[in-house]
Amino acid sequence: MTKQGDKLLEIRNLAVQAGDQRVLESVSIDIDAGEVVAIMGANGSGKSTLGFALAGHPRYEVVGGEASLAGVDLLAMEPQDRARAGLFLSFQSPPDLPGVRNNLFMRTSLNAVLEARNEEPVDAFDFLERAKGIAGSIDLPAAFLNRPVNEGFSGGERKRNELLQLAMLAPKLAVLDEVDSGMDVDGLRAIVETINRMRAQGTAFLLISHSLAMVEAVNPDRVAELDGGRIARTGSLDLAREIARTGFSRARESVEG
Amino acid sequence: MSAAHDDPTIAQTLARPYPHGFVTDIDSETLPPGLDESTIREISQRKREPEFLLKRRLAALEHWMTMPHPDWAKLRIDPIDFQALSYYSVPKSLADGPKDLSEVDPKLLETYEKLNIPLHERARLAGVAVDAVFDSVSVGTTFREQLAAAGVIFCSFSHAVENHPELIERYLGTVVPLGDNFYAALNSAVFSDGSFVYIPEGVRCPMELSSYFRINARNTGQFERTLIIAEPGSEVSYLEGCTAPQRDENQLHAAVVELIAHDDAFIKYSTVQNWYPGDEEGRGGIYNFVTKRGLCAGARSRISWTQVETGSAITWKYPSVVLRGDDSNGEFHSIAVTHHRQQADTGTKMIHLGKRTTSRIVSKGISAGHSQQNYRGLVRIAPTAQGAHNNTQCDSLLIGGECGAATYPYIDTARTDALVEHEATTTRISEDRLFYCQQRGMDPEEATGLIVGGFCQAVLEELPMEFALEARALLSVSLEGAVG
Repeated sequence: MTKQGDKLLEIRNLAVQAGDQRVLESVSIDIDAGEVVAIMGANGSGKSTLGFALAGHPRYEVVGGEASLAGVDLLAMEPQDRARAGLFLSFQSPPDLPGVRNNLFMRTSLNAVLEARNEEPVDAFDFLERAKGIAGSIDLPAAFLNRPVNEGFSGGERKRNELLQLAMLAPKLAVLDEVDSGMDVDGLRAIVETINRMRAQGTAFLLISHSLAMVEAVNPDRVAELDGGRIARTGSLDLAREIARTGFSRARESVEG
Repeated sequence: MSAAHDDPTIAQTLARPYPHGFVTDIDSETLPPGLDESTIREISQRKREPEFLLKRRLAALEHWMTMPHPDWAKLRIDPIDFQALSYYSVPKSLADGPKDLSEVDPKLLETYEKLNIPLHERARLAGVAVDAVFDSVSVGTTFREQLAAAGVIFCSFSHAVENHPELIERYLGTVVPLGDNFYAALNSAVFSDGSFVYIPEGVRCPMELSSYFRINARNTGQFERTLIIAEPGSEVSYLEGCTAPQRDENQLHAAVVELIAHDDAFIKYSTVQNWYPGDEEGRGGIYNFVTKRGLCAGARSRISWTQVETGSAITWKYPSVVLRGDDSNGEFHSIAVTHHRQQADTGTKMIHLGKRTTSRIVSKGISAGHSQQNYRGLVRIAPTAQGAHNNTQCDSLLIGGECGAATYPYIDTARTDALVEHEATTTRISEDRLFYCQQRGMDPEEATGLIVGGFCQAVLEELPMEFALEARALLSVSLEGAVG
């Protein structure tokens, strides 16, 4: 695990296109191990795009810039290799996998990541023990482990399922895309506890959100505002509070004329 | 060979037609190609069959000769020259096979590895003559003792003809009559060997029967004939085939399987088929044209067909159940995978005759490459079938943009009180689902395997345990190269 303070994620002038549309113009940001950076922005500002581009989603084309994780060129890697290198993306809308049991899915995933770290794979029994423990702590009934991935899960349940995977995989960098949406008060608490526990152990977080309550609860080290395809403003938690008071940059501009 | 043709004595002998007493001065292992009455007599004589069986064979041949080759299925089949095939060969001696694993094709061993086939099985599958000592301490012996104690008969068809001819005479052809269809007629005339199972009244067969453990399991030949009889109150689970790829110099396989379940009996027949599918262009693969039918003869009897079909160049089969007994039940659970240039026209027929009969069909078809897969199902409710109920779930998964899947469901009901439910879906592996798996560290092939397994889950659950584990691995192996 990377030590606190090591430079982990470096993004320089990242430009991303979705089809014909240029969504990100030039995004630059650095994140150290154990740091939590909140990315805020209006709807359509490209927050999710940033997450997808880092993870390597086929629909998003990187047309400029660089990104590296722990010194390794992220953009040159296939999505699964980025994951094995320690990148985790919590999806805004996690898809379902009909017929594929949660525990089989997660165990396969965990073993793929463990193999990349030259660690021993986990067998079905050990995995179940670990998973039950974590599931309990985030208020996800153990029965969910036996159900097909996300099939029939509510929005909040899917997010808890993402949280479960986050905790199991212990990535170097976790990009959480609107992880709080659909979550109740207990769910929010579980998110915050998980993030705090993991950041203390060196996991860096890119928290994508447009909710002040979420950002305040997490208490990030930095807040960055995404606007016009770039990082328009950066600051502390105060910036998040200001945004809540006066709106996002674009909204403010259009109001001021 | 050329030397033999040059020898004048041999040439002369070869030129003679086949009389009853075949030429014995040439010790031939294989009958030369050709099919006529004398071929049949020769086969029957070599197998030392009773008169009734010879008569049946001849009747079947006569019928077959009047039948046109069926062409209603959506299959591209090169015309088969039936006179160019040989219809009998003596089982090959294992002594001709590889001496040990080092002589076996490494690609074959690699496949066994991928399929998680147990180490001690690989030698046997590859045709290495296993030590008699090894065999005698194997499951085989304890197996036979247990079966004998229960009164279960499980032997080769030929063995049954010799030792239980009355059972053969009573039941053979009662479920698939010799004129039923073109290939059943051919099989009825020239069948080589197969399995025979008889479960006495009230007996639950103590273990799953596998064609694998049957004596002479390797030498079933191309026209296999199997007969399973379950007396009242009995139960049996039978496994046919294995996940290991099977090659054969005979391209045409036209088997017939008949199942008979009496009152309160249950027969479960599971198949895992991985015959050589041909190369990527579809050349040289095996044609699997099989007639499988179960008869729920008795009240409250049940027959269940479960299959995983991933091989063969062309698959043409409709395992069916005739629900004659009142309150009888038929089930069909199938996973069929086609890749490259494979073709499959497959499905089932559920014929409801008795009262309050039920049937369930779950068909999962996966197409990849340039393959074409068709589901063809018939649910027939006869005028006598009061209170019948069928439920059909027919799902297709298409991988890539060059393959095809078609569904031909036939519902033919003569009653207004029948409940027939049919549901069908066609899907692709979505980009988002694939990406989700990749983001969790899986490469596209592993992800596809997982998603396909999920698609097939309902059927995998029906397979006997050891088959289920192998079947998952087989699905992954069959779809190699389909994604990415």
